[in-house]
Amino acid sequence: MNASVRNTAILVAALAALCIGALFLKRSDVYLLNLTMVYLMATFGLNLTVGYAGQMSLGQAAFFGIGAYIGAILMKMGFSFLLVVPIAAVACFVVGLALGFPALRVQHHYLAFATLGFNVLVFLVMRNEEKVTGGTYGISSIPRPTILGWSFDKPLAYFYFTLFWLVVLGGALWWLLRSPWGRAFAALRDNPIRAESLGVNITAYTLLAFAIGAACAGIGGVYYASLVEFIEPGPFHFSTSLMMLLAVIVGGSGRFFGPVVGTIIIILLPEVLRGSALEALKFMQKWYLVFFGVAVVALMIWLPGGILSVADRFRRPPGVAK
Amino acid sequence: MADLVQLLVSGIATGAIYALAALGFTLLWQAAGVINFAQGEFVMLPAFAMLFGIAFGLPMWLAFLVACVLAAIVLGLGFKLVIVDPLIRHGVIPLVIATLGVSIAVKSIVRAGYSAEAHPLASPFPSGQLSLAGVTVSYADIGTLVLAGVIVVALQAFLNKTVTGRAMQAVAQNTDSARVLGINVRRMVMYVFVINAVLAVVAALLITPTYLAKFDMGDSIGQKAFFAAIIGGFNQTRGALLGGVLIGVLENLVGFYVSPAYKEGVALLLFLLVILFRPEGLLGKAEERKV
Repeated sequence: MNASVRNTAILVAALAALCIGALFLKRSDVYLLNLTMVYLMATFGLNLTVGYAGQMSLGQAAFFGIGAYIGAILMKMGFSFLLVVPIAAVACFVVGLALGFPALRVQHHYLAFATLGFNVLVFLVMRNEEKVTGGTYGISSIPRPTILGWSFDKPLAYFYFTLFWLVVLGGALWWLLRSPWGRAFAALRDNPIRAESLGVNITAYTLLAFAIGAACAGIGGVYYASLVEFIEPGPFHFSTSLMMLLAVIVGGSGRFFGPVVGTIIIILLPEVLRGSALEALKFMQKWYLVFFGVAVVALMIWLPGGILSVADRFRRPPGVAK
Repeated sequence: MADLVQLLVSGIATGAIYALAALGFTLLWQAAGVINFAQGEFVMLPAFAMLFGIAFGLPMWLAFLVACVLAAIVLGLGFKLVIVDPLIRHGVIPLVIATLGVSIAVKSIVRAGYSAEAHPLASPFPSGQLSLAGVTVSYADIGTLVLAGVIVVALQAFLNKTVTGRAMQAVAQNTDSARVLGINVRRMVMYVFVINAVLAVVAALLITPTYLAKFDMGDSIGQKAFFAAIIGGFNQTRGALLGGVLIGVLENLVGFYVSPAYKEGVALLLFLLVILFRPEGLLGKAEERKV
């Protein structure tokens, strides 16, 4: 109990620091933080698939993109932001079910391949169906939300708006994972065959976890479209999916705040290096992905649980009496 | 009709290249339980090695041999010792993630350290076409088919007819029994890694003249190799061949008769159909899960 009170206090303090700190930051820094939060919506969802349901998904960027395009098209038609978000979420959820069903009947790596191929296909559709998606020219001047007469057009306003809904989304996922329904996920990941013998329908649960993860990416996509105000197929290439998956793993898959650490590493850190005045740091930026790739290999060898599992190394092993 | 024959021949030729990459992929899975997500980069690196060799003044065949030796050492032995051996005990997923890391690192090294452009590589076969009864087929396609065919037949002969080859198959089927029978399992697994690396060099030699050497050229060929392996049957060597050729031919037909823009989607659709109706693959055998 003590630990959970302490953790809540840390979380509240961090959020408060973020809210107040944003007031003093440059416009471009607020934008970067906002971008990180938008990607975080997608990686939170991916953690459900990877960390809790134990499946590999390489198509999160496709769902992110589907959400972004649905958001862009509907908002330009004049739909309200708060209506567009659930539409995108439901659309991604349904597509996730349709894609996950064949892939999850067979185990593990098959979902990785299916989602990877799906991402390639979605990218082709975005690039080729110019009438709907604008092809390589994309869709520009996507509006930011106006709710009940309040405009969230200004960078700082949109930042607080995204932060608020990110906390709501995170809270919903937290509640989901603490519910009996969510606990079945952990049982599933830790020992699927035992879970199955206890009556957990593995395929249904895994499929649902994957589809909910996809829906989160769809939601993130809508916020992304509104943030950057211009979308084209590039950011939704499957290499983004790869980075999102690695973000979850590097941060610590199956740990609630793992994606936070991972997303900061893949989105925020390279941009901070790019913006820095120091030559040495600029050099780091060019070779960033090389370091990152090597670090992933090293992490898998020495710390396969991700960065957040480092604390466990020094704690007493579970099961030992206090 | 002539169109169709031409499409079939060039489709089989492209498919044969996919099959080579897929073949190494299935061999690694069978013998060592490794799913290599950097398989595409294993084709990309030799392509650049050959490019450097030729720029250095080596003739094509010598550049190819040097690339084979380098690949056997770095992508065969090095990959096994540095990446696979420390990771295999953690299970499949950490290893898969590590190969994803390798893929990103290797691509970025080539991009940041050398070039982000596409570089042409001369074809090992003469240019021009062969016309026969109204059908024209390029020498490059014929050469690809012949070379890929020879490699596949030689590999099958090695695996089925020689003592070493049969020992490797024994390891793939049941590692423990193989060890009891006195087979040097470590060495056999090592051979598989080397064979995988050399097959990738051959695939690079055949595919680069058409698709150019570029840091991300492995994305596409790697994906085709996975899909070919699964479509044909992950635990069957012949399956990789069938899967590769099926993808190559169907891509060509779809590209010509339906839309060139969606050629890349063919492999995915075929894969989804196969896992819906025959999850073990067209030629594969169903595997039991172990508790």
